[in-house]
Amino acid sequence: MTLSQIVIQLLEGLIVSVRIFAITLLFSLPLGLLVAFGRMSKNALINGLTKVYISIMRGTPLMLQLFVVYYGPYYLFNIKLSPTYRNSAVYIGFIINYAAYFAEIYRSGIQSMPIGQYEAAEILGYSKMQTFFRIILPQVIKRILPSVTNEIITLVKDTSLAFSISVMEMFTQAKALSSSQTSMTPLIVAGVFYYIFNFVVAMVMEKAEKKLDYYK
Amino acid sequence: MIKFEDVGKRYPNGYEGLKHINLEIEQGEFVAIIGLSGAGKSTLIRTINRMHDVTSGSLTVDGTDVMSLSGSSLRRFRRKIGMIFQSFNLITRTTVIKNVLTAFVPDMPWYRSVFGLYNQDEKMKALAALDKVGILDKAFVRADQLSGGQQQRVALARTLAQNPQIILADEPVAALDPVTANQVMDDFTRINKDMNISILINIHHVDLALKYCSRVIGIRAGEIVYDGPADKVDKAVLDSIYKGGQEEEA
Repeated sequence: MTLSQIVIQLLEGLIVSVRIFAITLLFSLPLGLLVAFGRMSKNALINGLTKVYISIMRGTPLMLQLFVVYYGPYYLFNIKLSPTYRNSAVYIGFIINYAAYFAEIYRSGIQSMPIGQYEAAEILGYSKMQTFFRIILPQVIKRILPSVTNEIITLVKDTSLAFSISVMEMFTQAKALSSSQTSMTPLIVAGVFYYIFNFVVAMVMEKAEKKLDYYK
Repeated sequence: MIKFEDVGKRYPNGYEGLKHINLEIEQGEFVAIIGLSGAGKSTLIRTINRMHDVTSGSLTVDGTDVMSLSGSSLRRFRRKIGMIFQSFNLITRTTVIKNVLTAFVPDMPWYRSVFGLYNQDEKMKALAALDKVGILDKAFVRADQLSGGQQQRVALARTLAQNPQIILADEPVAALDPVTANQVMDDFTRINKDMNISILINIHHVDLALKYCSRVIGIRAGEIVYDGPADKVDKAVLDSIYKGGQEEEA
């Protein structure tokens, strides 16, 4: 097998990895904000539930969570799902896990806003929604961007965990090729691809940070 | 006119922040409120725009019972009353003009406010407000690049953009050096005179209070102990406000 064949096969896997990455971000970023609201809620029930949720998501391995999401319906409730459920299971597992991490990042950002920002909005006659979306959130985003970047970079590497439930993403492909060819090359190429992926992510996030730090 | 009738405020823990407050403040007055920290100065002015609730008596502003307001009627009421804080409370990481423009958001249709689309009229009003406080040239500078006095003027311009009838100022010069403090007090005086806006100001600097304000209200332990013209404030009056006191808990 030539190097170009390996690269082509891994690129196919990379597309799946990128899809997991993109879908996870698309849903976990807003969901995380919702969870953060729950975590800061004065309602003891909502507050308690989100606390437990975050604690479990952060306290157990993502690989184990993927197993639970994928095999849980069958083992627990005897529900037979089609094999394509595999992909959905990966998305669900990643989204609920990352939402928990993002929730804590949002919370740290929101709670770091001085009370005066809320007071000033209040005396200008802002509604709660206007205060949050026009005054608080834009400032929070600027503050939390570095932590979010960290988390996104981890996500790129974490997509390889989809291997554990046999989703054909890049790492799964690399592992299979490496075994069948008894060669290190596929693993090294995959490593290079992950690195480039993250390099691009870091670059984009740096651009975003600069862009938000306007008028300096 | 702001009218307090036997107003009291009792906190849930039983502490009385304000006791039997009776006051009438006419439109266009410039009033200083002095007293020790924790005496109830902040509480007093913050009841006027309902940042604090009163628990007894009646408080009316131009005939409106402040405690009867809620939700959108309260927000509309607050549009008429500006407020200035010790810590300015600007959005520091954006431009001066954008800070002033935030004053218009509550009156804008949602689709414009979501995208921050301010129209010509609003931009002109914002610039005019900045001009009134003498920092028009700083309009496109980031707020955190300005000195404390300039930042307080941005806050003042933001309040003026609301077109208020009353301005409440909670320790507006406490974080400023004496020269800048005087400049900001000059701004208040000019706004008070030129625009006939009532100004109530909490202030620790007695000398500034006496120099700039026509009327002084002294508060001690939640009660008014002096209410009269600034030129009648003598040592005996100041003693009754400050002497023998120690900082009381808010």
